[in-house]
Amino acid sequence: MPSELVKREMRTENLPHIWCPGCSHGSVMRALCQAIENVGLERKNTVIVSGIGCSSRAVGYLNFDTIHTTHGRALAFATGIKLANPDLHVIVLTGDGDISAIGGNHLIHACRRNIGITCIVMNNTIYGMTGGQYSPTTPTGDFGTTAPYGNIDKDFDIPLLAASAGATFAARTTAYGIAQTITVMEKALKHKGFSVIDVASICPSYYGRRNKKGDAVKMLQWQKENSVPVKMAQNMTAEELKGMIVTGIFKDVEEPEYTEEYQKIIEKAGGKR
Amino acid sequence: MSMKKLVTEVTWCKGCGICAAFCPRHVLEIVNDKVVIKDEVSCIKCGQCELRCPDYAIWLQEVDHE
Ligand SMILES: Cc1ncc(C[n+]2csc(CCOP(=O)(O)OP(=O)(O)O)c2C)c(N)n1
Ligand code: SF4
Ligand code: SF4
Ligand code: SF4
Repeated sequence: MPSELVKREMRTENLPHIWCPGCSHGSVMRALCQAIENVGLERKNTVIVSGIGCSSRAVGYLNFDTIHTTHGRALAFATGIKLANPDLHVIVLTGDGDISAIGGNHLIHACRRNIGITCIVMNNTIYGMTGGQYSPTTPTGDFGTTAPYGNIDKDFDIPLLAASAGATFAARTTAYGIAQTITVMEKALKHKGFSVIDVASICPSYYGRRNKKGDAVKMLQWQKENSVPVKMAQNMTAEELKGMIVTGIFKDVEEPEYTEEYQKIIEKAGGKR
Repeated sequence: MSMKKLVTEVTWCKGCGICAAFCPRHVLEIVNDKVVIKDEVSCIKCGQCELRCPDYAIWLQEVDHE
């Protein structure tokens, strides 16, 4: 039998999960459960939404009202749920492919609306589920099944993309730094407006193997040695920051939230919720 | 008084080695792809193994003592 936290927050009858040995999706999912408990979100007021991918399978294990939607569309479903009942805490769990490739348009528009949803990206810089195709966050030069000679695309920086598109909370943490991941998740869950956390994650099976990054331990060790807090990064040159993971909160501001603004429209039009 | 005890569920362990590699006190070892508590007295109950284990196969459990 697992820990009390896992017994409370997960559907233990579906465990152990199917993720590969060392895949960080498991520890990030546990971190979310811990953050939800620390903040005290009520199960009856919390909905967790995912798209498609190894990461998106998390909703099958979480003991909440969950919905496993179509590839890239988690934010579209989440937007509908939040608008139907703005009192709900709506959390989206997604992968880098799900949120920034097929779902990229939904991401920027959810940011722009500043709708009260927390979006957690389990960013392993690859399409894990389909066998290792490069994604919009695969670093330039890295390999995937669809980039056998190296990826020539530039990679997205998800927190910077989200912040510039209008998200009011944008952060990055790592799978190695799981304690920080929990505290940043707590802040994001309490934030009013759209919050995005990019969790630098590892896929030892596809990204790791194809890029000769070693096993899960080596990949986490690499994260440990190559992470810089955002405050320190501000005093570093682009050259010094090359290949580093900048961690911390990039943006945390208060702006009008979408469902509250929408409520005003309903009232102006003489309607009731 | 409440205390914490290190517990494992080896049937859930996938032998990734993350818990052992980042344990600050070298309490853990991987033997035949499964976690083994080899030096329990050195454990400082920091919980890092529990935080990082992707498979919920190791954790600190509250135990009651007289
Ligand atoms: C409309 C549609 N297109 C393509 C796919 C195939 N597909 C399934 S998962 C996936 C990518 C998942 O990558 P990511 O979101 O990064 O998650 P990971 O598996 O790495 O956790 C793709 C392309 C699909 N299921 N549906
Ligand atoms: S393929 Fe990659 S992302 Fe998918 S479960 Fe395995 S390690 Fe995790
Ligand atoms: S609680 Fe800390 S010291 Fe004890 S086994 Fe886990 S990581 Fe090591
Ligand atoms: S981290 Fe978990 S799954 Fe990996 S070896 Fe340790 S107990 Fe086993």
